[in-house]
Amino acid sequence: MVDKPRSFQEIILRLQTYWAEKGCAILQPYDMEVGAGTFHPATTLRALGDKPWAAAYVQPSRRPTDGRYGENPNRLQHYYQYQVIIKPSPPDLQELYLGSLAAIGVDASMHDIRFVEDDWESPTLGAWGLGWEVWCDGMEVSQFTYFQQIGGYDCRPVSGELTYGLERLAMYILGIDHVMDMPFNDQQTPIPLTYGDIFKQTEQEYARWNFDVADTDVLLQHFKDAEAECQRILDEPHEDPKTGLRIIMAHPAYDQCIKASHVFNLLDARGVISVTERQAYIGRVRALAKMCADAFVQSDAGGQAA
Amino acid sequence: MPDLLIELFSEEIPARMQKRASEDLQKLVTDGLVEAGLTYAGAAAFATPRRLTLAIDGLTGESKAVREERRGPKVGAPDKAIEGFLRGAGVTREDLEVRDDKKGQVYFAVIEKPGRMAADIIAEVLETTIRNFPWPKSMRWGAGTLKWVRPLHSILCILVDEAGAEVVPLEVDGIRSGNTTRGHRFMAPEPFSVTSFDDYEAKLKRAHVVLRAEERAEAIWAEATNQAFAQGLEVVEDRGLLAEVAGLVQWPVVLLGRIDDDFLGLPPEVLQTSMKEHQKFFSVKNPKTGRIERFVTVANMETADNGATILAGNQKVLSARLADAKFFWENDLRTVKTVGLEGMGASLADVTFHNKLGSQADRIKRIEALAREIAPSVGAKPDLAAEAARICKSDLASEMVYEFPELQGLMGRYYAEAAGHDDGVPEACEEHYSPLGPSDDVPTAPVSVAVALSDKIDTLTGFWAIDEKPTGSKDPFALRRAALGVIRLVLENQLRLTLCEILKLSMSVVKQLALTIEGRSLAEERDDLVIHLTKAPQSAAVSERRRAIDDRLEEISERLSYMEENYATSDQIQANSSITVTDLISFFHDRLKVFLKDKGIRHDIIDACIAMPGNDDLTLLVKRAEALAATLATDDGENLIQGFRRANNILTQAEEADGVEYSYGADIKYAEEPAEKALFAALDAADAKIAPAMETQDFSTAMTAMAALRGPIDQFFTDVQVNADSALLRRNRLNLLSRIRNICLSVADLTKIEG
Repeated sequence: MVDKPRSFQEIILRLQTYWAEKGCAILQPYDMEVGAGTFHPATTLRALGDKPWAAAYVQPSRRPTDGRYGENPNRLQHYYQYQVIIKPSPPDLQELYLGSLAAIGVDASMHDIRFVEDDWESPTLGAWGLGWEVWCDGMEVSQFTYFQQIGGYDCRPVSGELTYGLERLAMYILGIDHVMDMPFNDQQTPIPLTYGDIFKQTEQEYARWNFDVADTDVLLQHFKDAEAECQRILDEPHEDPKTGLRIIMAHPAYDQCIKASHVFNLLDARGVISVTERQAYIGRVRALAKMCADAFVQSDAGGQAA
Repeated sequence: MPDLLIELFSEEIPARMQKRASEDLQKLVTDGLVEAGLTYAGAAAFATPRRLTLAIDGLTGESKAVREERRGPKVGAPDKAIEGFLRGAGVTREDLEVRDDKKGQVYFAVIEKPGRMAADIIAEVLETTIRNFPWPKSMRWGAGTLKWVRPLHSILCILVDEAGAEVVPLEVDGIRSGNTTRGHRFMAPEPFSVTSFDDYEAKLKRAHVVLRAEERAEAIWAEATNQAFAQGLEVVEDRGLLAEVAGLVQWPVVLLGRIDDDFLGLPPEVLQTSMKEHQKFFSVKNPKTGRIERFVTVANMETADNGATILAGNQKVLSARLADAKFFWENDLRTVKTVGLEGMGASLADVTFHNKLGSQADRIKRIEALAREIAPSVGAKPDLAAEAARICKSDLASEMVYEFPELQGLMGRYYAEAAGHDDGVPEACEEHYSPLGPSDDVPTAPVSVAVALSDKIDTLTGFWAIDEKPTGSKDPFALRRAALGVIRLVLENQLRLTLCEILKLSMSVVKQLALTIEGRSLAEERDDLVIHLTKAPQSAAVSERRRAIDDRLEEISERLSYMEENYATSDQIQANSSITVTDLISFFHDRLKVFLKDKGIRHDIIDACIAMPGNDDLTLLVKRAEALAATLATDDGENLIQGFRRANNILTQAEEADGVEYSYGADIKYAEEPAEKALFAALDAADAKIAPAMETQDFSTAMTAMAALRGPIDQFFTDVQVNADSALLRRNRLNLLSRIRNICLSVADLTKIEG
């Protein structure tokens, strides 16, 4: 039996080690604000095309509407997801996943681990897949998805995606009731830090800004700018006039799509988007995601022979 | 006769799909086998979260050889015809025989299909079944192209006879059939082989898998009720949940858990919904307190600590969930206490109901106006009905209903009570959505009835006004259901409503609000244009644009003032509505026919009653139809129809031939035959009974009196010749027939009766 981890970061480190041993490239978080680990181009774009791929990473994720000023024991506007993506999905992906739970101290013989139907759909990414939410003793600890479509493209081969909600999972393993009380590092060290020491104040700051202060006119303009820039980037000819190389700028364009998506989330938190407008905004982000997917599949990494 | 065992082993199959999938497997495979010429004695299908299983016994070992002769085209027929025949018969030209026929030489094809071994047929049928399986949603995985509900891992397929079990060899996208399977994922992970269905089921049980879903469900229910009983508690029955939970586990382990005292003050429906929807827990009630105090969760594991860790985890998750629910409940109560339910519902002004019918708040205004008008006819106080209508949708803006949409209405009742509403208003908040389905209870409290009717009528007139009626199988706004709701509310409460007037009123309310909504958006547009004008710098292009804007502004202002005028003359709006209202009434009549048909009343009987005045009073209409149906069910009634029809035919022909209407002036003094005189007397007697009965809408008395005419009418037609030689007698008798017609038609339009 594996010994229990003692801190939040130890759980992350063990996941990193485990998935590195299983052959995943351990990537670093994407350097932009995203709503979930799926948005990282290492998942969204790399799930397209036929080139094999295996990556794992932590992704800080932002959901402005979930902010609770650090008061709610479970809800945060900034949290961490652990993301694993393997293409093609290996036949023993469920076993690999269960192995990762064992690695972070979940003893399958003492718990009730179950795969409960949960179809995944991202209207903003034009993506869907089938899979489960994984329950441990009645608590959802991960999402397990076989991608079927992204950006309107059939995924061939299919990628298997695992997403761990790190705070919730860690709180369960460490036996913590309020996220802010969770040991971030080893509490036996000279400077022990809790999750709250690190994030309580920022949760308050962002909650205030997200809900009440963010300048909606500026945000609306940002949305329009990102949308226009995304389009403009993709309208450029594939051949770079300076180098003469074929350079399709799928990633810079996709950055603008991510930006638009996050700005939309902020506007949503500010409560300035009506129910009918919501659908329209989601449709606009989806259109960007589709254009980026179109561009990526024409690129080298997207499997297009140069 | 061998037995066949098939198991398709995969990653976890969604609980809701398992039963149907096992049935589909059985049907597809058995149909395929039979079509290929095999027979079998019995078949049974099973499902667990990770497998579909089919056991067939008494299968024939091989299919019989079949010889078939087919007659083809004549020798010398065009090549095309011969080629077509060859294709259809699946033979080549060399295989054809030439035979002499009456009309000359003809090609014959002799098709011989040799018998095939069962194993070959099974392999073929199973592969086709797997490749074409009707999953509601299926997926690909890895680099393959096969589709299954979740990745398919193994295929077990064995034929068992006295000599033992043999694997039926087949391969589907790299998965080779075998004789092995797996048990519980954690409690017995090693694969094992099986030699028969009995062996399979027994070994699965040893490997901690209960194959039969009913057995799992029964075990769960028995264990849950036992554990609850031991504590003096009872499990709240929920068959849907039981079936679902039985599909989530292979080895059910029932655990009884505790709900934190902090949460026992929540409404029981909230506890139940939260536990069921999120956690798949059963609610456990304490009969002494009537409260839900415990829960049952079903694990898929036996553990060394007898489930203590699992239960503790589940309790923790539940507490977090209920903490959320409690937070919503308390926030909502606070909102209600400070700003009232109307305050809570204020944000519904921002929620679009339909872009042509405005927001939820607009809709509430319409329902309020209508409820106030309807109230007196259903025995409710107008002010109370209006009050209930104003707040009945407020809970849609509550945090609880946002989280648990299925609690809409119910939370409205709790919050209305908390806000101090009384006199049937809280109940109306809950009941105004009813009846939703054909078997739903119909509200009877007057305030609830007033609001429920208004809610549904507003929906119908609204969508009728914007021409979004149901077509064919498409009814996206559930308008048929709404109409049926109105019908049941009226009939079951015996309400006497002039539906036409109510619909007209509702229609004018809808149209007025529609104009306001249009005006609102035009005014907004005008403001935008004005701002644009002040910002625009001077240039040729801008001047042009400015002219366009000016034109547009003028247009808008004209439309606005036109609308103002129309406001003043809402009579005009009403006049425009009348066509739509007539159309809507006939929609109600159509729904009523469907409703009454289920109650055994024929459509022609309803048509006969719809043709009468006052057909928008549904209670009256149905009373009439019921009385007519009862009358027609009697011997007299049925024969009366014949007599009526005869009278009507003779009369219609005579009127057409003579170009006059025989409608008045039958005089007994010209009556010669006794039967004729008797008919006069009978008609007088019937008139004396029918007229006052119709005054009081006592249809059954009227119709009984009408049916009593059968004898005299029959006698009259036997003894009396209507088309007498004497013009005077003929005219008098025709006028007498018209009395029959008038009396009968005063009760219902009997010309519509068929048969």
